[in-house]
Amino acid sequence: MTDFKISFSRKQLCIPYAVFLILFVIAPLVVIVYYAFTNGQGQFSFANFTNFFTSTNALGTLLYSFALAAVTSLVCLVIAYPTAYILARSGFKRKYVLLMLFILPMWINFTLRITALKEILSVLEGNISAYPFLNSVIGMTYDFLPFMILPLYTSLLKLDNSLLEAASDLGANKLTVFLRVTLPLSVPGIISGITMVLLPSMTNYVVLDMLYNSTYIMGSLIGSYFSAYDWHGGSMISLVLLVIILIVTLITNRFSDKDTAGNRGTML
Amino acid sequence: MNTNENIIELIDVKKVFDDETIAVDCFNLQIKKGEFVTFLGPSGCGKTTTLRMIAGFELPTSGKILLNGEDISRLPPNKRPVNTVFQKYALFPHLNVYENIAFGLRLKKTEHTYVNGEGNSYKKKERLSKTEIDKKVKKALEIVDLDGFEKRSVATLSGGQQQRIAIARAIVNEPEILLLDEPLGALDLKMRKEMQIELKKMHKKLGITFIYVTHDQEEALTMSDKIVVINDGDIQQIGTPTEIYNEPVNTFVADFIGESNIFNGAVVGKLKVKFCGATFDCLDDYEINQLVDVVVRPEDIKICNPDEGQLKGKVVSSVFKGVHYEITVERGKFEIIIQSTVTAPVGNTIGLRIEPDGIHLMEKVYTVNKYHGEITKNNTVKFGDGEFECDLTQLYGGSHLDEEGYLITSQGEKIDLTGVEVDVEIDTHDITMSDDTEAGGAQGNIISMIYKGDHYRYIVRTEENEEDYVLSCPDLWNTGDLVSLIIPKEKIKLCLKPTGEND
Repeated sequence: MTDFKISFSRKQLCIPYAVFLILFVIAPLVVIVYYAFTNGQGQFSFANFTNFFTSTNALGTLLYSFALAAVTSLVCLVIAYPTAYILARSGFKRKYVLLMLFILPMWINFTLRITALKEILSVLEGNISAYPFLNSVIGMTYDFLPFMILPLYTSLLKLDNSLLEAASDLGANKLTVFLRVTLPLSVPGIISGITMVLLPSMTNYVVLDMLYNSTYIMGSLIGSYFSAYDWHGGSMISLVLLVIILIVTLITNRFSDKDTAGNRGTML
Repeated sequence: MNTNENIIELIDVKKVFDDETIAVDCFNLQIKKGEFVTFLGPSGCGKTTTLRMIAGFELPTSGKILLNGEDISRLPPNKRPVNTVFQKYALFPHLNVYENIAFGLRLKKTEHTYVNGEGNSYKKKERLSKTEIDKKVKKALEIVDLDGFEKRSVATLSGGQQQRIAIARAIVNEPEILLLDEPLGALDLKMRKEMQIELKKMHKKLGITFIYVTHDQEEALTMSDKIVVINDGDIQQIGTPTEIYNEPVNTFVADFIGESNIFNGAVVGKLKVKFCGATFDCLDDYEINQLVDVVVRPEDIKICNPDEGQLKGKVVSSVFKGVHYEITVERGKFEIIIQSTVTAPVGNTIGLRIEPDGIHLMEKVYTVNKYHGEITKNNTVKFGDGEFECDLTQLYGGSHLDEEGYLITSQGEKIDLTGVEVDVEIDTHDITMSDDTEAGGAQGNIISMIYKGDHYRYIVRTEENEEDYVLSCPDLWNTGDLVSLIIPKEKIKLCLKPTGEND
């Protein structure tokens, strides 16, 4: 008998992921950085950088994308917070049905959903191309709402009821309890919800295309550069977007770090 | 203010939860200003629910809670001048120590009287100023011995420190009553002992009423002016620690507070009681022939030479417990626990002495007979060494029996009840005796009869397992008579044994 043993060390187990990471994450990043800082002749240059920040067109798109994403996040938050609150904190009997209703659209194909939404909006508005910004916000909200509800739901669910009782015991009425305890303690949920809605809605141009909004957002701007074979300009915009996302993530991480430290304290 | 005044009064307070469990039943209690009152009972007895009703987190189903004579039972928690120290502290994790303590102060409005230009005085409600809040927070931190902790995050504090902050946060509001819900439960033994002493000191210094909830009898005895012993939503006994310990009113209290030996006894003469096969002098005066529960604390039993003692027994174990030995002595079928500073070798026969003041008698209370029963295949129920016909359909509302003897529930489900265990209850008035030994479901001898003014109370004991039936009967029988017991089918109350343990 041969003593055959397959021995895996942990290092070997991460090979598939490492290969994936190098091929599809690191390599494209290197390519983007390379294109962003070179010109057509392959020489190092800041021209793409200065081009982007001097072009009113590009900056306008950045602003428009950001405005669209911010309004979408806000609308999502306004709809999602009360919903998540009811789902997590009330004795409402049909709450799982309600949760299901919000999750269910995620199981339906994205294009189909937006097409259906387009039909509904045409009935309501008549000529839907008359309200491009509004329609885009509605489309994005429809698409990203579950991503806002879920983190809020989780953070409100784990909120310790005795904290609310303590606040009320110390003289706070229902509104004060909400403003001074519930709301601050659900900030991590709000932040992760916003991160999950704000960033994708800056680039998701398919929604705009399908709802006849011809204004460029970051996603479509990059696309337009690439389809005009301007790899250098497109790469620079991608890089700028990447840096913006990085900054937003760093800021939000700082917030949630602070909070987890606090939560750990109550667990002890 | 008059120190004899009741600060809080609970009148017939009852709490029934949504699932129809009765948490608190007919609670009547008066607490005087400045008292340290402890609610003591096993978990799930309703003590925390009562505290939560005083705090305002739960509304009583019926009854009144009077604070200084005013009914507050419907007020929300923020309108009540009471503050709570929670079991798991419930400190706000997003606020530092200072902000936690100042939370209540920032919401507080006090009334100030001013005089305006024309000399008229007027009143204005104002929030506390920053310096006032600063001063109060600092003082509260001094009281709990954590001066200088203002800027610390609550997450960096140890369990004991968090507990102190929780206390500071409550007392800083100068409540009329401080409610403490098992506040020391999460601390280790040494810390708990320290905090017990400190809480007691704080109570003296602040002079406010403390209502303290615990399941730890030692904690209750150490700290309280008054203990309220609660079981199954009912008050068992209210008294000072000494009263509760030395004169428990029933076997539950005796068993729950401290260690105790509880025996079945009978009064055999003026101040004489018989238990464990020997007769003792005692101080409690009961009628002759009265059946009693006898409580003897382990430390009240003295060890002596076998021929000098009132009882003789064999030592089966001796365990060193620090201050004393815990010795278990066997005498016939009885087991007696003794706490003594001297030990006795295992296996030796020793004598035991109990002084009259070490014996406490409690009248046995019989209102219902309770048995454990099992349903037979003939749809009768076996209990108390007998077999009785019963109405099984009461186990499931709206059910009936089919021709084959299966139970059909209201939903049409068929249930075979053979072998199912049930709790059986029979009122003392519903049992009758017959001298035809075949007439009833069980047979036994009358072992006791007590004349109760208009009727006799008999106790009939069966031979096999010595099960007792307690019954009232106006006719005169003789002790020792062999009788059979007749119980009408519809008077036997059955109840399915709970399947799962609930807390």
